Amino acid sequence: MHNLKAMTALGSTTPQIDQFEGVKIVEIPDIALASIAMRNGKKAGFSRACKAATGVAPPPPGHFETAGDYTVFSSGLDQWMVEAPIATHEDLAAQLASKFNANASVTEQNDGWVRFDIAGALSVPMLERLCAVNSRAMKSGDVTRMAIEHLGCFVMCRQAAKKFTVLGPRSSAASLHHALINAAKSAL
Amino acid sequence: MIRDNRLDGGLIDRSETLSFRFDGKQYEGHPGDTLASALLANDVRLMGRSFKYHRPRGPLSAGSEEPNAIVELRDGARREPNTRATTAELYDGLTAKSQSRFPSLSFDFMAINDLLSNFLTAGFYYKTFMWPASFWEKIYEPIIRRAAGLGAVSHAEDPDVYDKGFLHCDLLVIGSGPAGLAAAQTAARSGAEVILAEEDFIFGGRLNAERLSVGDARGSDWAAGIIDELSSMKNVRLMKRTTIIGAFDHGVYGAVERVSDHLITPDAGKPRQILWRIYSKQAILCAGAIERPIAFANNDRPGIMQAGALRSYANRWAVTPAQRIAIFTNNDDGHRTASDLLAKGVDVAAIIDVRESAPKHRHVEVLSGATVCDSAGRLGLNSIEVYRPNRPMRHIKCGALGVSGGWNPNVHLTCHQRGRPQWNANIAAFVPGVTGPQGLHVAGAANGIFSTAGALSSGVEAAAAALAVLGKKVTEVPQPETEDAAFNIKPFWHVAANSGERNTVTPKGRAWLDQQNDVTVKDVVLAHQENFQSVEHLKRYTTLGMATDQGKTSNVSGLAIMAEIAGRDIPEIGTTIYRPPYTPTAIGVFAGRSRGADFRPYRLTPSHKWAEEQGAIFVEAGNWLRAQWYPREGETHWRESVDREVLATRRSVGVCDVTTLGKIDVQGPDAAAFLNKVYANGFAKLAVGKTRYGLMLREDGMVMDDGTTARLGDNHYVMTTTTANAVGVFRHMEFARQCLWPDLDVQIISTTESWAQYAIAGPNSRAVLEKIIDPEFDISNEAFGFMACANVTVCNGLRARLFRISFSGELAYELAVPTRYGDALIRAIMEAGDDYDITPYGVEALGVMRIEKGHATANELNGTTTALNLGMGRMVSKTKDSIGSILSERTALNGPDMLYLVGLKPVDSIDEVVAGSHLMTPGDPINAAHDQGYVTSACYSPNLESSIGLGFLKNGQARIGETIKMMNPLEGREVLLEVCSAHFVDPEGERLRA
Repeated sequence: MHNLKAMTALGSTTPQIDQFEGVKIVEIPDIALASIAMRNGKKAGFSRACKAATGVAPPPPGHFETAGDYTVFSSGLDQWMVEAPIATHEDLAAQLASKFNANASVTEQNDGWVRFDIAGALSVPMLERLCAVNSRAMKSGDVTRMAIEHLGCFVMCRQAAKKFTVLGPRSSAASLHHALINAAKSAL
Repeated sequence: MIRDNRLDGGLIDRSETLSFRFDGKQYEGHPGDTLASALLANDVRLMGRSFKYHRPRGPLSAGSEEPNAIVELRDGARREPNTRATTAELYDGLTAKSQSRFPSLSFDFMAINDLLSNFLTAGFYYKTFMWPASFWEKIYEPIIRRAAGLGAVSHAEDPDVYDKGFLHCDLLVIGSGPAGLAAAQTAARSGAEVILAEEDFIFGGRLNAERLSVGDARGSDWAAGIIDELSSMKNVRLMKRTTIIGAFDHGVYGAVERVSDHLITPDAGKPRQILWRIYSKQAILCAGAIERPIAFANNDRPGIMQAGALRSYANRWAVTPAQRIAIFTNNDDGHRTASDLLAKGVDVAAIIDVRESAPKHRHVEVLSGATVCDSAGRLGLNSIEVYRPNRPMRHIKCGALGVSGGWNPNVHLTCHQRGRPQWNANIAAFVPGVTGPQGLHVAGAANGIFSTAGALSSGVEAAAAALAVLGKKVTEVPQPETEDAAFNIKPFWHVAANSGERNTVTPKGRAWLDQQNDVTVKDVVLAHQENFQSVEHLKRYTTLGMATDQGKTSNVSGLAIMAEIAGRDIPEIGTTIYRPPYTPTAIGVFAGRSRGADFRPYRLTPSHKWAEEQGAIFVEAGNWLRAQWYPREGETHWRESVDREVLATRRSVGVCDVTTLGKIDVQGPDAAAFLNKVYANGFAKLAVGKTRYGLMLREDGMVMDDGTTARLGDNHYVMTTTTANAVGVFRHMEFARQCLWPDLDVQIISTTESWAQYAIAGPNSRAVLEKIIDPEFDISNEAFGFMACANVTVCNGLRARLFRISFSGELAYELAVPTRYGDALIRAIMEAGDDYDITPYGVEALGVMRIEKGHATANELNGTTTALNLGMGRMVSKTKDSIGSILSERTALNGPDMLYLVGLKPVDSIDEVVAGSHLMTPGDPINAAHDQGYVTSACYSPNLESSIGLGFLKNGQARIGETIKMMNPLEGREVLLEVCSAHFVDPEGERLRA
């Protein structure tokens, strides 16, 4: 086993936590991500493989599904993202590739993204200051691809009006974090 | 003598007293006051001087349409000019200064302009100040410029923070007067998601300014009751202090919320203002109407204001500008002002009504068929002159005159998408036109319905119409009884020249239309005379309506007068275009958080933290921060660091973070075929485990980008692009994939972020890598030759990718690991390289080495160069079709005398090659016709101990060894250069293949 230490997107060994009155922002570094892109004419095979590998069928755009360790959401045309805990699935892409075979092109995306979970009564007022998604109307299981302060992000609703996840590009983690904190302070 | 202008009642809180300063003097007011109402309470009518003629001015209105009472609010860096005193909420410690006067409001030198008014009429600078011609630029224009301008900015950076925000609703109700409240209540009770936006700091609109009842309650109390109900409803969002500044496409409205402008400074972490984008499904405009004045000689003195404003000041702010007032009106509304002020104990001298059949008033003398034809009082109104035909002139002493020329429905938002309003002769005003923004209904006075009962019912109707579109059942809300007076008006725009004994065309008798830009009736006459008759020409020639108030109190009157003079009707003249923002809006709120260091997000490389520890100097490369060089102790000049890094890398080994270069994962059975289409050179036969340089052309045959693509598996390729073009190339490829060749079975995704990548270069690079790459992977020259690639593991099992590619020209590799291990890897590489004096190098050294090697970058791939220019003409394969291949064959891009990439070295080694310089053949005339090319890149080469460069030279491949002249006319320099091969170091490529 290698002994190279992983670093969080914000350049630390421990995840960042920011607590405000009414909202908590937590960095979640321990996730693995893989992109699964359907190959031409393989819709049926892709669906079967997805169900077998993750427990869920590929969800339609705007929605994510969770089953056990896996969360799957649409990330583009005929393309989905799979999320799983990194402790047990660091080689998620390799695992999925062996299950999808010729039905999909699978790419590791573990470290392409930074994940921040937002929880509390002020979640929606905070998101209203960040992006155009109708966070007030989002229900558990909704996901949108959206721009936040010039960064292409995913916004997922884990629990209506109470819990959200923001996935943003990892190299801009500090800028995204800065934007989240400013929005939280402004919404107080 | 300070008279007590405070009246009883009002919506001010007398239990608290606020202290404020105006022009250095201290005054007191109450919460609920505006700056204007508090000043009037302190007997201050003079609040500004006009822009052109510096005439003494006071507030014309009590709202955001105010043209005159504009002040510099706050001081220091937060000072804001042109703030309307009529809407500035009073707070303790407020400071304000009047504008457009020197040295003071009461004594202003610039008032001399008023005496020169004949020289300063509309378009004066086309007619006067013409002689002598030379005086214009040096004397006249600077003087005019210095005299012009409205208010002064602080020149300090805006210290406040502004936010952007995004809201969604079923129904946006704009304005909270009776129409808006009725609409919001009906819609909210019917279950719609409602946003109610109000520009003012209290809800209620004119209900707060009128002495009328709604049902059993006072108007303002009824409004407060509705607001109480709405604020308890989960589906309602109330937004006061929020101006809807524009109606944009698809039901999107811009709204500026003044979060902190009523506080002395914003609370910590809070923005000063928020620019909300409101995405509405339906909207109702309930913005009311703005009263228009009547123009007469000297109608601009402090104390002369809208009759409705006098009512607002009396009823809402419990203040009168003078103890004795008069009214000048052409409609019944003016009479209401007389009643209201009388009820508050103010002396009303007379109602001057232009209508012969004016109604009588129970307590006040009505002069019917009369006009006010002049006024007096230098710093504030003292008296007026009233003219009636065949009667002697009547002189009336008064300190304030309420003028009502009618009401203009506030149609702006209905016209923001190039709509035009339509003329309604019954109310002598423009009302919203037939086509307005999608989903926008109009109710109340904004739609020309002036009675309170009419406002309520039209508000409910508009809500019902909106709810029908939304598919929601309407919950009926019975509306209370309230006044439903008819609106009787006789159109009357200005008091004509032959009224009375005075001639209104003389300087003392000008009749004012646009009080902010100092435009008079005379200017409209002049415009007509000079044939600027269209409403658009009228506006621009006279500047009517072009000030910060956008002519809200003058546009209609101006065009009505033009119609009169031109003998056409008002609808024929029409209105000009209405544009957002509805009221002046701080640039800061449009910028939001995108300013200064936060203008764009930063992208940090995986080794950023480590580089900071080394004391690296960083440079911006797009949004990335890249280490430029790593200074060591004792080094005082960047050249010392860069030269050292270059020499050390070529001598032993160096390491550089190259994560920023775009990485695109290309997979699928047709991946090779796809790459063959997007690259000009061939990729169909690239073997697994091999990397190839790739040249990408634009459709027009110009070079777009270059990079390498590695084949890691049968259907798996990893492409690299330049840092700058990473996003552009990805977009280009996604377009090609989806739109040009949708039948190809290929999938792509960006992996720039996912992998940390380091270049390890130099003769000892393999030795260093052998300590990191796990032993089961043979990276000897035989097993892993130049341009090889492979999935490997490092440091005992971490997955990694190794590419043997070189930008520096040395034996070199690029090693990639998942980004979270990037920091650990750079430290491991440094440790492994310690025995070989491994040197971290930045983009500057990287640049020197690639110039030494003759590798092209963005400087050479500048969008105007072809493969041929780069010496890569033969790389564009003619055995397959690829993007740009056909058009690269255009005659103009081929043939003799094409530019060709060459190396350049000064003949005299103390000279410098300068990028951007042009190349000329010695002896040729120095002009563009004889231009031979230009220098694209230059640096000092510590290996050659000379400045060197790359550039494009006509027919360069045949001119190696020639002496060429480098022209740098901007810096006045001329240098002789030797044309040489672009490959200064290791031209045979022996080091690469070691």
